[in-house]
Amino acid sequence: MQLDIRLPMGLLFLILGVILVAYGLFSDPAIYAQHSLGQNVNLVWGVIFALFGGVMLYLSRRKA
Amino acid sequence: MDQPAAPTSVLLQLATVDYLILAIYFAFVIGIGWVIRRYMKTSSDYFESGRSLPAWICALGFIGANLGAQEVMGMAASGAKYGIATSHFYWVGAIPAMVFVGIFMMPFYYGSKARSVPEYLKMRFDEKTRTFNALSFAVMTVFSSGISMFALAKLLNAILGWNFDGCIVISSLIVLVYIYTGGLTSAIYNEVLQFFLIVLGFLPLVLLGLKDIGGWDGLMKNLDGYSATKGMPGAWSHSWAHMGNPADNPIGIEWFGLIVGLGFVMSFGYWCTDFLVIQRAMAAKNMNSARRTPLIAAIPKMLFPALVILPGMLAIGLYYKGGTASMPLPIAADGTPDYNMVVPAMLAKYFPHGMLGIGLTALMASFMSGMAGNVTAFNTVWTYDLYQRWFNKNASDAHLIKVGRLTTIVGLLISAVCAYAAAKFNNIMDMLQLVFGFVNAPLFATFLLGMFWRRSNGHGAFFGLLIGTISAAIFQGSTIALGEMPSLLKGGWLGIHHTFSSSMAQNFWMAICAFTGCFVGTLVISLATAPNRTNEELRGLVYSLTDKPKEEAGTPWYSRPMPLGLLVLAGALVLNIIFW
Repeated sequence: MQLDIRLPMGLLFLILGVILVAYGLFSDPAIYAQHSLGQNVNLVWGVIFALFGGVMLYLSRRKA
Repeated sequence: MDQPAAPTSVLLQLATVDYLILAIYFAFVIGIGWVIRRYMKTSSDYFESGRSLPAWICALGFIGANLGAQEVMGMAASGAKYGIATSHFYWVGAIPAMVFVGIFMMPFYYGSKARSVPEYLKMRFDEKTRTFNALSFAVMTVFSSGISMFALAKLLNAILGWNFDGCIVISSLIVLVYIYTGGLTSAIYNEVLQFFLIVLGFLPLVLLGLKDIGGWDGLMKNLDGYSATKGMPGAWSHSWAHMGNPADNPIGIEWFGLIVGLGFVMSFGYWCTDFLVIQRAMAAKNMNSARRTPLIAAIPKMLFPALVILPGMLAIGLYYKGGTASMPLPIAADGTPDYNMVVPAMLAKYFPHGMLGIGLTALMASFMSGMAGNVTAFNTVWTYDLYQRWFNKNASDAHLIKVGRLTTIVGLLISAVCAYAAAKFNNIMDMLQLVFGFVNAPLFATFLLGMFWRRSNGHGAFFGLLIGTISAAIFQGSTIALGEMPSLLKGGWLGIHHTFSSSMAQNFWMAICAFTGCFVGTLVISLATAPNRTNEELRGLVYSLTDKPKEEAGTPWYSRPMPLGLLVLAGALVLNIIFW
């Protein structure tokens, strides 16, 4: 059996999600007022990235 | 050598976090190639993924190979220029053809055990038809890969101020490493990654833009205001309502040319015959998966307008709403709006550092997978259809893998030469693209007659293709688009016998003409010459001589190609009606 793509994909999105969340927590809120209508888009979307990564990881492990 | 000079002010500044995201992504890309290199044991593993992949991976590769950066940036540009009517490129110009190739054509591509589209042509017709197709396809793929490389380097140079040569070298090296090591599987896996990165990376851009403009209603109101200033009230917010007359819509086309030219000839020509996408379906693990590949791919494809066209519409709406203070339209060197830069401008406006890194990574990834898709198709066609046939008939399997890997290097080198040629001689590249248009436009007629009319033969196919190509050239030479001066590039060099209201309309009708020429030519010449294949040889290659693919008992309806295809078609129909 070949490499299950969901494994690296899950890892990648999980790592990117964690980076986004961390950056969202510690970055200056002014950048969100300037760019994303005041929404902390890094925090919100980081969670979504991490969730997606987690689901992919789970799916890749489940059948193994 | 003339290269774009480093711009004085750059659109985007990256922070450490953005660089970190970029670096992690490309580490994964290369890592995937490295990990799967040990599964590359036979040439079939390398060039066809060992025909072993599940349908959903092939489907995302199928759609990812098509979702290049030129598509993302180009469709946003069209969204700004034409509004909702840009969706015709999806709901008319893609979905029906994708359903057709899955249900009706895949049984022959996959079932024939051909390793490439040109090889199918050899089995069905003869060696000359195959070589003609393989040669034109090989040249076209390295050229397209070069265009992607050029576009990437030019974009990064323009928005980030990065060095043009450096971008060419680095992007080629990354693609080289992951294709050299992991072949087609590596390319497909990376297309899957890039698919999700684009979807998840661009979605917040659309959501923020929509929120800013006051939701869908706000967007429609502003687009109606904008279209009124262009003298075509309502044209930006409807897909079909203004298609009665080419003068009433910004695309400059009427419904008949649109449906037949784009929806039939051009889209079937691309989705049903282009080995770049077909190769993804042929990597599937069985017939059912191969047939479902384009059908599953059609579901996200159908929804992509929300992701790639909407940003362009939002940019125009925001521009109308608040002037340049709210959404500055990018301006080209000649002072006109540069619609191709709409996506980078939206990224700069809405994404803070962090998401900016994601958005930029998604763009770069799609440029590179555009290069990789072409390179994998190129090395397969070169190795199987040209090298093995003409230079080394008895090559061992291990030798073929070596040739494939070497071809990857050579293909990328030629691409780089094309990229520099594109930077230096813009017109030559446009000229080449035009010639490819002539060669590609008639192709679908050849496959249609080959698969569904057993009496068509090798001479008919080959000379039919030539006639189709020549018809396209003559048509282009005798027509022109409104406002253009006659030239080799724009047409009219044989005298102007008809003027179209846009060059897009001219293109659609050229395709119709090429298809008709090839269809009639193949028909007449096949009837006038003797068949060159017996019925026994045609089994598995032609509809009337092939057993219909049977699904295993107990396959649920959604895993059967026919109901799935009908569902997809119904979905596209509903979308057309909603946004009429």
